[in-house]
Amino acid sequence: MEVLEGLFYSKEHEWVKLEGKKAVIGITDYARHSLVDITFVELPAEGAVLKQFDKLAVVESVKAVSDVYCPLSGKVKEVNSALSDNPELINKSPYQDGWIAVVEAENPDEVSNLMDSSAYKKYIETLS
Amino acid sequence: MNYTPHTDSEVKEMLSDIGVSSVEELFSDISPDIRAKSFNLPEGKSEFEVKKYLKDLSEKNSGRLVSFLGAGFYDHYIPSAVDSLSSRSEFYTSYTPYQPECSQGWLQSIYEYQTAVCRLTGMEVSNASLYDGGTALFEAVMMALRVTGRKKIIVDSGVNFIYRSILKTYISNLSVNLIETELSKNSVSSKDILSLIDNDTAAVVFQNPNFLGTVDDYSDIVGFAHERGALAVESVYPISLGLVKAPGEMGVDIAVGEGQSLGNYLSFGGPYLGILACKKKFVRKMPGRVVGKTVDVEGKEGYVLTLQTREQHIRREKATSNICSNQSLCALRALIYLCLLGRQGLRDLAQVIYNKTEFAKSLIESIPSVEVNREILTFNEFTVSVPKKADKVSAEMIKKGFVPGFPLGRVYKGMDNYLLISVTEKRSKEEISKFAATLKKIL
Repeated sequence: MEVLEGLFYSKEHEWVKLEGKKAVIGITDYARHSLVDITFVELPAEGAVLKQFDKLAVVESVKAVSDVYCPLSGKVKEVNSALSDNPELINKSPYQDGWIAVVEAENPDEVSNLMDSSAYKKYIETLS
Repeated sequence: MNYTPHTDSEVKEMLSDIGVSSVEELFSDISPDIRAKSFNLPEGKSEFEVKKYLKDLSEKNSGRLVSFLGAGFYDHYIPSAVDSLSSRSEFYTSYTPYQPECSQGWLQSIYEYQTAVCRLTGMEVSNASLYDGGTALFEAVMMALRVTGRKKIIVDSGVNFIYRSILKTYISNLSVNLIETELSKNSVSSKDILSLIDNDTAAVVFQNPNFLGTVDDYSDIVGFAHERGALAVESVYPISLGLVKAPGEMGVDIAVGEGQSLGNYLSFGGPYLGILACKKKFVRKMPGRVVGKTVDVEGKEGYVLTLQTREQHIRREKATSNICSNQSLCALRALIYLCLLGRQGLRDLAQVIYNKTEFAKSLIESIPSVEVNREILTFNEFTVSVPKKADKVSAEMIKKGFVPGFPLGRVYKGMDNYLLISVTEKRSKEEISKFAATLKKIL
């Protein structure tokens, strides 16, 4: 399973890339492997204000429907509208083209409730 | 199917297996006052005796009355082929078509039903059907709440009171702000509705023809709702769509309707058929099953249940609805009925009904003490004011062999002297003439 360094991770397998207050959010390689083929992504509304771990998006795969939670509190600034027509971008490129949303983080310190790459690596080892 | 009761020794064995001493003890969790008082049924009777008993019972019905009663459920002719085809055991006894490999016939019929509903309503997608017109209306409202994330619903009082009552019951424990607008001279009050639609409104709900029979073009209300991000929900009378502007043409987002009129019997209230169709962009928020057409590994056409991620067996508590059962047999009857009529046949039928209704209007309005509202356009149903209580008129007419219509005072304030009269293709010119003459005589 690919885990990128420099990102923060949640127990629900979201990743967040933090640049100042700009938080790019997606789901991890582990998540896409357990979901198998993703067929639909319900994106959040731009401008939506969310608390940490509120529901951000919904990902449908051939196996299940899963909520994607927002790893940091903030306002949704941008959504990856390419996912509407090409949800498989998450399967192909979970950390780059398959990003889900950009959130303006209200309180970047909330990353203390998340894991860094080495902690997340250990975490997913305990799951398999 | 044979009825094979358990023998005493089998009952004993089952009780001892689960460690209960008696049947009485088995039911001890249920409070005695709500338990059945007695299971004392008469001894078994012969087939002849049972048939006679049931026949005598059925003859207590007033089956010979000539009916001008509608109010949402209509007495249409059902071609024999509908009964004959829908009662085939392949359809009649089969279960939920979860397994496409052994349910192709059923799945194809549902797919064709969906296609027929889309063509009829002018909408893009239809589900495989719901329970009835009222629950379909409720599901449409729930859809609008999900799509918009808003809480306010505006319902015109021209929507069948039964549907409005179902809606109120279902939403009674949800945080939904339901506003009902009053009718103005039998029609929707555009002024009232437009002033209520705002940026918190999830949907505006209306019915065409409305409960009083009034046919209207709701395009302006639909457009106004869209400008404010609200959806438009319309309840339709399917047969009227042979003549009346379809919801799709008015820009309606979700069309619902009672499908009884399409080849299903009145049967004292059901089973009926809930129609629900919508714009394609809302398909993932739509409740109920959907059948799709696809190809198998060999490239051959086939049918499967599709978009099942909306449904409870996958989405669990987040399902778009917990009504995933549909009324397949009723939907099949609707499909057969529509196929037998065809596009032109439905138009012709609607025209005949309209003409007969206008004929009835002209005879009834010639009765001196009676008034027919001529300001509004109607299809198959119209209101008539009578010089005494409509309930009384109804009782007197029933004695003369006619069900004269629905006494509107039961539903609308100030309409005690109004009857809602409905005409279908089954009413002959002679019946309509006799009806008008009889009405004249008793008034």
